[in-house]
Amino acid sequence: MAVSREDVLKIAALARLRLTPEEVERFAAQLGTILDHIGVLGEVEEAALPAEPVEWPAPLREDGGHPDPLALPPRELAPAWEEGFFAVPRLPALDTAALEDAFEDKARVEEERRPEPPAGRARP
Amino acid sequence: MKFEAVVGLEIHVQLRTVTKMFCSDSAEFGAEPNTHVCPVCLGLPGALPVVNARAVELGVRAALGLNCTVHLSSRFARKNYFYPDLPKGYQITQFDRPLATGGWLDLEEPEGEVRRVRIRRIHLEEDAGKSLHDRLPGRTAIDLNRAGVPLIEIVTEPDLRSPAAARAWLTQLKQLLEYLEVSDCDMEKGSLRVDANVSVRPAGSAALGTKTEVKNMNSFSSVEKALEFEVARQVALLERGEAVVHQTMLWDAARGEARPMRSKEESHDYRYFADPDLPELVLERAMVERIRGSLPELPAARARRFREQYRLPAYDAGVLTATRELADYYEAVAARAGDPKAASNWVMTEVLGWLNQQQCALADLRVTPARLAELIRMVADGVVSTTAGRRVFARMAETGRSAAEIVEAEGLAQVSDTALLEEWADAAIAAHPAEAERYRAGEDRLLGFFMGEVMKRSRGKADPRRASQILRERLRTPERPGR
Amino acid sequence: MSRPAGGVEAIATDVAAGRATALETARVAVERIRAANGGPDGLNAFLAFGGPAVERAAAAVDDAIQRGEPPGPLTGVPVAVKDNLCTVDFPTTCGSRILEGYRSPFEATAVRRLREAGAVVVGKTNLDEFAMGSSTENSAFGPTRNPHDRTRVPGGSSGGSAAAVAAGLVPAALGSDTGGSVRQPAAFCGVVGIKPTYGRVSRYGLVAFASSLDQVGTFGRTVRDAVLLLQAIAGPDGRDSTAAARPVPDWRAELDAGAAGLVVGVPREYFPPELDPRIGRLCREAVERLAAAGAEIRDVSLPHTRYAIPAYYVIAPAEASSNLARYDGVRYGLRAPGADSTLAVYEETRSLGFGPEVKRRIMLGTYALSAGYYDQYYGTAQRVRGLITRDFERVFRSGVHVLLAPTTPSVAFRLGEKLEDPYQMYLADIFTVTANLAGVPALSLPIGTVDGLPVGGQLIADRWQEGLLVRAAAALERALAEAAP
Repeated sequence: MAVSREDVLKIAALARLRLTPEEVERFAAQLGTILDHIGVLGEVEEAALPAEPVEWPAPLREDGGHPDPLALPPRELAPAWEEGFFAVPRLPALDTAALEDAFEDKARVEEERRPEPPAGRARP
Repeated sequence: MKFEAVVGLEIHVQLRTVTKMFCSDSAEFGAEPNTHVCPVCLGLPGALPVVNARAVELGVRAALGLNCTVHLSSRFARKNYFYPDLPKGYQITQFDRPLATGGWLDLEEPEGEVRRVRIRRIHLEEDAGKSLHDRLPGRTAIDLNRAGVPLIEIVTEPDLRSPAAARAWLTQLKQLLEYLEVSDCDMEKGSLRVDANVSVRPAGSAALGTKTEVKNMNSFSSVEKALEFEVARQVALLERGEAVVHQTMLWDAARGEARPMRSKEESHDYRYFADPDLPELVLERAMVERIRGSLPELPAARARRFREQYRLPAYDAGVLTATRELADYYEAVAARAGDPKAASNWVMTEVLGWLNQQQCALADLRVTPARLAELIRMVADGVVSTTAGRRVFARMAETGRSAAEIVEAEGLAQVSDTALLEEWADAAIAAHPAEAERYRAGEDRLLGFFMGEVMKRSRGKADPRRASQILRERLRTPERPGR
Repeated sequence: MSRPAGGVEAIATDVAAGRATALETARVAVERIRAANGGPDGLNAFLAFGGPAVERAAAAVDDAIQRGEPPGPLTGVPVAVKDNLCTVDFPTTCGSRILEGYRSPFEATAVRRLREAGAVVVGKTNLDEFAMGSSTENSAFGPTRNPHDRTRVPGGSSGGSAAAVAAGLVPAALGSDTGGSVRQPAAFCGVVGIKPTYGRVSRYGLVAFASSLDQVGTFGRTVRDAVLLLQAIAGPDGRDSTAAARPVPDWRAELDAGAAGLVVGVPREYFPPELDPRIGRLCREAVERLAAAGAEIRDVSLPHTRYAIPAYYVIAPAEASSNLARYDGVRYGLRAPGADSTLAVYEETRSLGFGPEVKRRIMLGTYALSAGYYDQYYGTAQRVRGLITRDFERVFRSGVHVLLAPTTPSVAFRLGEKLEDPYQMYLADIFTVTANLAGVPALSLPIGTVDGLPVGGQLIADRWQEGLLVRAAAALERALAEAAP
């Protein structure tokens, strides 16, 4: 199955990989070959396919207890750590959450954030 | 042409648990940044999720309270996307097999009409951390305390027809979730968050128009404002003969406008698949039935019962069932006071008035239901007047003492002594000869004025029935010698 | 090869009885590793070893003995751990630049259980990056060499652990097996490797490659040694929802139970034309030895075997593409220097940090899950997986106790031989991926040599039937030893 350069670039963007032009060419060819081999799955008749078996359900834990402790604090793991936070370069409005939060912060200052009046209060 | 709005809502609700959805880290709000973190919620290599039983239980409670079908088998899935506050690069949520589907919550509209708003689905998921853009110069600060806090997402069908209805329905939803003790529903802390889908169509049409998604609304009032803005924008487009574009709009409360979000096309390919770290979530029917049996009486049912059992007007019943605490308080007062309507009046005017004036919560009120009931009985028995009773209530709320103690200490017991009442009546008449003359000339309503004067002179202690009798007697004859 | 270390039981008994110390035993192992690991012709089996933490851990074992505490079954036994299992005392790199120098702040359950049984972890072993590979050539820190022929690969991805045991540097080691990563290097290196039933050993602290397939496994020079390690690490774990809550039987009792009464199935699909005929012959000889020892032999069929590699190479990369999303340069590990936007942090870090095979699998997996392709690839692969599982169920329900098949289609290939053709490399897993897809336990043990290179025979049992696996493997091991000149 042919995989185009555009396909490769689209997948790489989804996977947050930046590929060199050579890598794009190579992956296009290799993925095509691999997908050709995988194509044999299409031979299997749909009707013959059973539902996935469930051997045991997700165990549930009590709401309490203690997390596995950290032998090193997060600041010692972090590539960039400032004032108690993990730090990343300021997001140019990349997608939803970024703008949301940016606005939220502004709004926090500027909007009157009175609590909602409860459903019922004394009759005026 | 007249247009109508079609609105559906997506509500994220943080569940009231001690620990996070998939690890035993604290789910508490407001701690120092990155202190409630562990291998699991930091997304460290090798860490694995384990489901919090309480979160599941709360999700089931919410689903049952919203009349949903709870599925005995559901599945966690991964929603894959990159964001700095999403530690694993995916969110654990539920996708094709959610916890619950097919419920409803009726909206009781002002005219007494009932609109059924259907719930499409409720699913369990974990929250992301927070990205703070104004904390560090030129950089975004990431706090992962919130990462992994349990949520339910409630998705409605597009059954709401106006921004005001959306707001009213959200208020009822919040009330319900508070009754269920599923969440503290505090929008300021972000424990309840609302997104909306909006479209407009010619009134009477059954077809759905192109919808937009509106996000970033921080209060119910901003939901209403944002929806009004967006509906107006869409109507204006259609009236100009232009088309509505399917996109996400972000509400900017500061500017009072919603703006389209720039987005990458690929950012919507979430590549959902069943989370291989978590087997199916299987609930026992008995567990679901146990939860169903433990549900409290819900607001609508309770208001109905208040109307029937206590013979309260619909307005009173609505006010008194606004919160579970208030309704419990009222019922405790009513049971002891013996007069449900009097109890309602006292709770609605004195109790709510006091809380409003003092800006405090019912839980902080120093007047217990038993003590308020005692006061109500004292008024009914004529020990204190209604007027004095109000003052007694205020003193009870201030001091935490009982009505009897305050009446005793401050001499507020009602005066029925004829001699004293006559003295106050005469003084009032003597001070206002012109009004007395007009009363005698037939202006009956001035009796109220003189009652007020007597009450003033008695500092509210005069027995109103006796006092009005005496006033009527004294006003009948123009002059009385002596005294 | 240097004089090998003694067996697990002998060391544990000696240390427990005070005839040897854990500290001295650990030091000897570390010295042996130092001598064998480095240099142009060195094995490069270890990415980290020795150091003060090892001395401390060994001394603590000796102290416990001194205090009269009851000795664990692995008291004083030096073990090696694949570098995708989290340890606090050594870095955990997964053979990747993206985790170079990363120190896990918590410990894998399997590692903790080894320590609790008295074992001393002396080092972390080399692997294909994030366990993706069949030759250990995909390590960012250079390939491991096969102790039997240093121009050849040790197999992979647990090549470091297999080579370390084969070279006698440690008596036993931990690996992980997602598609054959314990059994295939065990075969190439001539040691015993066990992949237990999916869910038998906790995956907590095993850095995920493909969560529904990954399982921690063990290596030993003998079946007994591999079993002793497995016995120590198996069992329920509240931190892994996919670890079974079932009790662990004592498998040591199976070691001497013999082959009499065992029904051994020989699956015809595992003897295809592309199998090296000399390996096929050794397998048939092994079958005959088991028959001579009292086993009943049956020809069986697992008809969906041919779909296993395609299904595996959809499911494993799909899960991997999601599991490896967390390496983003934000919270830990590598961050590309100079990245000036969050997108750049992601893209540059991941492009710099991941090697070609990892990138290839992330690409493949992302593709298989992406909109429009999910059903065609991932959905179908999961259903095919169900068919493969049913093949095994049918055979085991028919009364077959274990299956005997080759572990690999060839002996250890030369370094660099298959690097240019990813799909040829994937075919090295052709006989091993089925056990992962079906979640059944499987074991590889040496059954002979071809041109002086080890050949592995694979035994496969039904889910939770490690006991039968151990019984058949020990019986075969004994029969082969008795037949040897």
